[in-house]
Amino acid sequence: MSTYAQKKGFGATVWDYLTTVDHKKIAILYLIAGGLFFVLGGLEAMFIRIQLAVPNNDFVSAGLYNEILTMHGTTMIFLAAMPLLFGFMNAIMPLQIGARDVAFPFVNALGFWLFFFGGIFLNLSWFLGGAPDAGWTSYASLSMASEGHGIDFYALGLQISGAGTLMGGINFLVTIINMRAPGMTYMRMPLFTWSTFVASALILFAFPPLTVGLFLLIFDRMFGSNFFDVANGGNTVIWEHLFWIFGHPEVYILVLPAFGIFSEIFATFSRKRLFGYSSMVFATVLIGFLGFMVWAHHMFTTGLGPIANAIFAVATMAIAVPTGIKIFNWLFTMWGGSIKFTTPMLYAVAFIPSFVGGGVTGVMLASAAADYQYHDSYFVVAHFHYVIVGGVVFGLLAATHFYWPKMFGTMLNETLGKITFWLFLIGFHLTFFIQHFLGLMGMPRRIFTFLPNQGLDAGNLISTIGAFFMAIATLILLINIVITSVKNQKVGNDPWEDGRTLEWAIPSPPPFYNFKQLPLVRGLDPLWIEKMEGKKGMTPAEPLGDIHMPNNSFNPFMISLGLFVAAFGALYREDYNWGVLVLIVGMGITLLSMFVRSVKDDHGFHIHKEDLLNDDDKGGKA
Amino acid sequence: MASEQTHSGNPRVDIEYRKKKSAEEMRYQIVSFSMMIFLTLVAFIAVGYGDFSAWFIVPFILLLAVVQVVFQLYYFMHMSHKGHEAPALFLYSGLLVGLITILAFMTIIWW
Repeated sequence: MSTYAQKKGFGATVWDYLTTVDHKKIAILYLIAGGLFFVLGGLEAMFIRIQLAVPNNDFVSAGLYNEILTMHGTTMIFLAAMPLLFGFMNAIMPLQIGARDVAFPFVNALGFWLFFFGGIFLNLSWFLGGAPDAGWTSYASLSMASEGHGIDFYALGLQISGAGTLMGGINFLVTIINMRAPGMTYMRMPLFTWSTFVASALILFAFPPLTVGLFLLIFDRMFGSNFFDVANGGNTVIWEHLFWIFGHPEVYILVLPAFGIFSEIFATFSRKRLFGYSSMVFATVLIGFLGFMVWAHHMFTTGLGPIANAIFAVATMAIAVPTGIKIFNWLFTMWGGSIKFTTPMLYAVAFIPSFVGGGVTGVMLASAAADYQYHDSYFVVAHFHYVIVGGVVFGLLAATHFYWPKMFGTMLNETLGKITFWLFLIGFHLTFFIQHFLGLMGMPRRIFTFLPNQGLDAGNLISTIGAFFMAIATLILLINIVITSVKNQKVGNDPWEDGRTLEWAIPSPPPFYNFKQLPLVRGLDPLWIEKMEGKKGMTPAEPLGDIHMPNNSFNPFMISLGLFVAAFGALYREDYNWGVLVLIVGMGITLLSMFVRSVKDDHGFHIHKEDLLNDDDKGGKA
Repeated sequence: MASEQTHSGNPRVDIEYRKKKSAEEMRYQIVSFSMMIFLTLVAFIAVGYGDFSAWFIVPFILLLAVVQVVFQLYYFMHMSHKGHEAPALFLYSGLLVGLITILAFMTIIWW
């Protein structure tokens, strides 16, 4: 019996998670926190749809509606979609490249806690005088005029969680560049790893503009500067540019990992090598590259002039080309394959037409002249929900089912999974398809109510009914998770039986050191190659030896907590005397924790060869 | 002998070759260091001389700055060596993104 696998009490488990630097446990933390914020953002979406179900509704007031819609967008993008993707990247990417952890486990934990405290800070605004109300884009002309502390919560909260995201991105980049197993060349990396790589590079370049924009906003609102104050020579359009220089790559940061997840699922359940692997890689990189040249298509009506509009319109349409390459590759992967329609595969198949729908409206919106008609209407709302829900959320739900056994060692119930899928798919199209037409009929975006008998009544009611379908689907998924966790039926290495990549060669969940011996990678889909040659698992690339592991640390929590405290100080600095004191105390906690981290030598520990020999693999062999 | 320490576990390290390499490396460093001092002097003279117009000085100093950055990266930070491809890729991608941003700000915000 291994000393590493002892049962622990509740308190010890909580402490373990608070101090963990293990990528698999951090992944679970991301999944829990991201899931929580997803439910919160979903509730806000339900309130929006209930308010708009019937004309002249007074379910919420106009001001509260603005807060709900702002928090819905902000929460879903920054606190739900990104962390959930980070969860899967953390859980799967190191396993796919045959690494024992990410490059900087401590920084990985720090990234999570920064995100978590930033998200909590942002959501505390609900209880402390009102949430931000200038939309998730928080355009400076609106946000400078917003009273109360809502926007301050937005700026400070996103600053903290954004720092965490940036750290996570850099960590993934270093991991993929430096920690691939022997034989795992760049062009043998699974597509999910590739899309993690490109998305991380986008994070590296896209988050600094957001950081700059948020700092300017913080300075303007809290410290009396005039970057966006037109009366004092400022310029509010600068915010729009900075925000969208971040904001457009952000949508690719979200959707590329989803593409990666679907690529894995298509290959696995078609039981075929991914069609056009190298063109898939090329398309992913090209989308990442072009993603930085198109931000102004969000600002066609700002008045940039016809030349700028034309350049950005053409660049935007160019992105449809690599995306099209991907769509055809997925179709050809399925072509002639021996397809198994599991729950993840259902999501993947439904993703193609749904996402293409969003892509088509995307090209329509990219035509600058036509955009003047669509701008700020429900047509835009329909478009980005088609790409984000049809692309990213489908991807997340598919990944939840697909990778659940690898992360937790149990299989989610397939029947309940399929019920979730159908309810969600029908609800999604019911909610958002009709919104295209509501937009074309003139319903503006971000309005809190509408008048009866203007042709908008039926469409809005249908849309609300669809939203309830999605809510029920989410509830069934949660029930599925509870049932599966209570039953706790453990599965083997390769529960889908068709696993192709390295993560399926090790137990589910993997031992905390992942690979006893690093595997030797002999080509794309390394496990599939070994299976085709009649082998049970990977050939090791090294003799069994001691494994060096990092120690747990409570420091990431403390560093993040300090910034969380300091943010309250900055927020209340002008209202109360204690503001400055709190700011100093918070920064003190952070700097002291960083100081402790710097001067205290922590060399980690070794798992000795003898312990590895005795430590039986958890779960059965496939 | 102290000068023959190699920091390498490999017993077949060719110390002669290493020494020659290091000497060559050192020569490059000194040459580029004196070049950098010289370019800095040129920049100061260009501004201090007083007879050149701003239209000449500004682009000229920017050009000198670019040369300095190249020296810094390639000779002092060893970016010309093997194994620096990934940092180089990310540096240049970052530069591209930054320049596009500046270009856009110069042309469509503050034109």
